[in-house]
Amino acid sequence: MSELLWIFVSAAVVNNFTLALFLGLCPFLGVSAKVETGLRMGAANIFVMVVTAIAVWFLNTLVLDAAPYLRIIAFIVVIASLVQIVEMAVKKLSPALFRALGIYLPLITTNCAILGLAIFQTNRGYGLLEGLAFALGAGAGLTLALVLMASIRETLEVADVPAFARNMGLVLIIAGALSLAFMGFAGLFSSA
Amino acid sequence: MTTPGAEAPRTTSPTRLIGTLGGFGALAGLLIVAVFTATEPRIRANKAAALAAAIGEVLGAPDRYDTLYVTDGGLAAELPAGVAPDQAEAVYLGWRGDRPVGFAVLAEGPGFQDDIRLIFGFDAQSARLLGMTVLESKETPGLGDKIIKDSSFVSQFTVAVAPLEGVKDTRATGGPSEIVFITGATISSRAVVRAINATLERVGPLLADYRPGA
Amino acid sequence: MTPARRPAPSQELVKGVWRENPVLVQLLGLCPALAVTNTVVNSLAMSAATFFVLLGSSILVSTVKRIVPTEVRISTYILIIATFVTIADMLLEALVPVTHKDLGAFVALIVVNCMILGRQEAFASKNTVGRAALDAIGTGIGFTIALTMLGAIRELLGNGTLLGYSVLGPNFEPWVIMVLPPGGFLALGCLLLLFSWISKRKAERRDGQALPIVPAREAA
Repeated sequence: MSELLWIFVSAAVVNNFTLALFLGLCPFLGVSAKVETGLRMGAANIFVMVVTAIAVWFLNTLVLDAAPYLRIIAFIVVIASLVQIVEMAVKKLSPALFRALGIYLPLITTNCAILGLAIFQTNRGYGLLEGLAFALGAGAGLTLALVLMASIRETLEVADVPAFARNMGLVLIIAGALSLAFMGFAGLFSSA
Repeated sequence: MTTPGAEAPRTTSPTRLIGTLGGFGALAGLLIVAVFTATEPRIRANKAAALAAAIGEVLGAPDRYDTLYVTDGGLAAELPAGVAPDQAEAVYLGWRGDRPVGFAVLAEGPGFQDDIRLIFGFDAQSARLLGMTVLESKETPGLGDKIIKDSSFVSQFTVAVAPLEGVKDTRATGGPSEIVFITGATISSRAVVRAINATLERVGPLLADYRPGA
Repeated sequence: MTPARRPAPSQELVKGVWRENPVLVQLLGLCPALAVTNTVVNSLAMSAATFFVLLGSSILVSTVKRIVPTEVRISTYILIIATFVTIADMLLEALVPVTHKDLGAFVALIVVNCMILGRQEAFASKNTVGRAALDAIGTGIGFTIALTMLGAIRELLGNGTLLGYSVLGPNFEPWVIMVLPPGGFLALGCLLLLFSWISKRKAERRDGQALPIVPAREAA
């Protein structure tokens, strides 16, 4: 159990997908202007990540032992199809949720965080439960980073920033500060 | 010059769609298999060379080594049935001439930032370590990664007696099992000691009981 | 009715290098740009792999553009890109295993580098093979320049070395942060701010007065 907890916490804060592993930067920079959109994108990501973790576990256990070099192709095809299926399912089962998520769902396909999740899960040889803990932690961490950045940017909107600096350069420097802060989580479990 | 929108919209037949995807899929598969067969021998050779180098480092350059697989009953020269080669845990017995030098054992455990993977040399008869090399680590450069670079830390693993006792340098008493942590890299140092102890607890008895050629 | 003038072939090559630099201007492909630029060697290796994938898939996409139905074009492009990435991954592992280990999962992540899919969708699928190749080369060079710049800054400040050779001497206390994740963000952020400031000064000098700078397009 503590193993699963370590995987979850490690993926969420110690090795945060966005701030430490540089995955999921497209949404992080593009969709983090408002807290609400950030939350929605994060929620969509968690959903897709959990489904992907299960699918990847299936692929690894049943299919890919025989042909490891087909891994990349298999993953990307599965992820693209999964996102399509999830989108259709959400549309049918919960139109309200579909409207709330909006265009964020299809954008997730080219999100390196999902493919990164699949690859890390495979390289570390996670079983089904560990994969799920990993996906939940990664998604939670991604959402956390998104929301933090969004709240800072909302405040920046009304701050006194020079005109030439009102662009992605400033957002990246703030991301650097956030990443620095998250480094404080290293060693969280090690003193045990 | 093209006039935009001059073509009437066509719907493509499903067979055409599936055929295109299938065709490209087949082409992709062919290309990948071709490159795989071309590069796989080289990749395997690289991995074997890296492993041999690591074993050489921790066992003091043996002439050759045997690969032994850890099973419930002891060490086996053959892969246990139904286990894939990269799933089985292996230890390596080094030989100089016809004398066994010691075992090279892989260990891993969580460090400060992420898991640390290392290999260490072990003489099962005297329970003495023969060497230690860190294979993979993501510890903080300049601080935690001293477990790789600090030669006074690493050389402790050439004489220490298992089970290891890690101590900070203010409390060192000079005992034969003591490993003094690197100042400022206590957690990374402790991770190394823990990984070795945990692995020896598990496979140590098997190593001690092993008789070559039995 | 005047026909639309096609830009000269040399223009296709040059535009990707600076004016439409994929990383520094369009802010695409940031994941690898930040993750593996902690040394110049890694930056060059990643750039080479990406270049290979970009050029290969642009040429292939442009060659088959007429036989791929519109409905499945994105899936086909992704399939093509994934194939080249797998090949690049295997070649790297066979030829430079140490660098391959350093780059880790990010070689495989070239597949979802929006820069590559973007070039196929926007350009290679609508132009001749020759132009597509030039476009890919220009974009690849721009990518390499951006990554190498980042790599040089981070390795120099974070390690005191360039390409493994000590440059700043033994008394230099390295800014370790620069080779850690925050350093990537800070380096790229400062670079972007610098370029933004430079273009503002250029615009001011040209027009003789201070102009408000339009914020960079946010990546969708």
